[in-house]
Amino acid sequence: MSAPDTPKRSMRTPLGRVRNLGAAHSGTSDFWRQRITAVAMTLLMIPALVIVMMLLRSNHAGAGQILSSPPVALILLLFIAASTWHMKIGMQVVIEDYVHNEKLKLVSIMLNNFFSVAVALASAYAILKLSSGV
Amino acid sequence: MVEFALPKNSKITGGKTWPKPAGATEVREFRVYRWNPDDGKNPSVDTYYIDTHDCGPMVLDGLIWIKNHIDPSLTFRRSCREGVCGSCAMNIDGQNTLACTRSMHDVKDGAVKINPLPHQPVVKDLVPDLTNFYAQYASIEPWLKTTSPTPQKEWRQSHEDREKLDGLYECILCACCSTSCPSYWWNSDRYLGPAALLQANRWVSDSRDEATGERLDNLEDPFRLYRCHTIMNCSKACPKGLNPAEAIAELKLKMVERQI
Repeated sequence: MSAPDTPKRSMRTPLGRVRNLGAAHSGTSDFWRQRITAVAMTLLMIPALVIVMMLLRSNHAGAGQILSSPPVALILLLFIAASTWHMKIGMQVVIEDYVHNEKLKLVSIMLNNFFSVAVALASAYAILKLSSGV
Repeated sequence: MVEFALPKNSKITGGKTWPKPAGATEVREFRVYRWNPDDGKNPSVDTYYIDTHDCGPMVLDGLIWIKNHIDPSLTFRRSCREGVCGSCAMNIDGQNTLACTRSMHDVKDGAVKINPLPHQPVVKDLVPDLTNFYAQYASIEPWLKTTSPTPQKEWRQSHEDREKLDGLYECILCACCSTSCPSYWWNSDRYLGPAALLQANRWVSDSRDEATGERLDNLEDPFRLYRCHTIMNCSKACPKGLNPAEAIAELKLKMVERQI
């Protein structure tokens, strides 16, 4: 971009601007968790799909019966935990990439956290409710 | 929000077509980005025709021929003309590379299209303002840092440890990699970019350096390092055949290694 009038004129030195507030000393845990959840999802994907296919052919009582098996409920719960955690980290990366307004970024990241927790809890509650037969 | 369109004053308009050189039997068309900070106009793309029998084979030879024979106002950086200094980095036929090592015969179809390195402020024509890029390089403190007493002779290093610097020390800081990275386009104010990170890994990998942990501390940041999304444009663009994406992956691996 040949835009001499667009960048904010600052008297700060270029190195001062690059150093800015310093390193956050974080990011590695999110990076690592994103990999862990990706591997977990790869492993859980096929069993979770098989369970969903089984559930498609059954009514409420049948679904309850399938989900009352501890391994089945556990696989689905693990899949939900891994995928919602992965979704939360991935969406945060997208927000940080493209939303440059600091206030909007803060609100977006907060909403992303709320949404991910809500999806995770609602899904887990549904599975637990069906599996316990209440 | 991120800018998906060029600012109004950066939109390319028209451009001049310069006459073909008189008496030339074989010509090659060059379409070159032009922008002059002094005339207040938008950038344009000028069309030139060079006499290939009177000109060297590289794109830089073509640009120098244009400057000498057609238009002395055409502005670009160049120095060593053999891929060592990194001055003539520009976008040729859609690829960031060095004009001095890219043959114009490698540009297959039609005109040789030349633009400045993408998403950097332009000083004039093909000259980008790399102030931020150089400051990012300075921020990784590219020098040997030690606390042990300086030895009487040199700091010693085994052959095996020296080999770990191969593929890292050769970087000429031409900025082809960083300016080809979309993540760097969106967040160059906070993301250090592939060139600075490759250099950071060069010092982190140096067995003589005693500040490895501090260096990693300085990089551990969601933006400085983790804006790299392994897009790999950097490795594709590097005119020296280096692999900045791999260097960044090694840095991330070291970050994880010291935590688990």
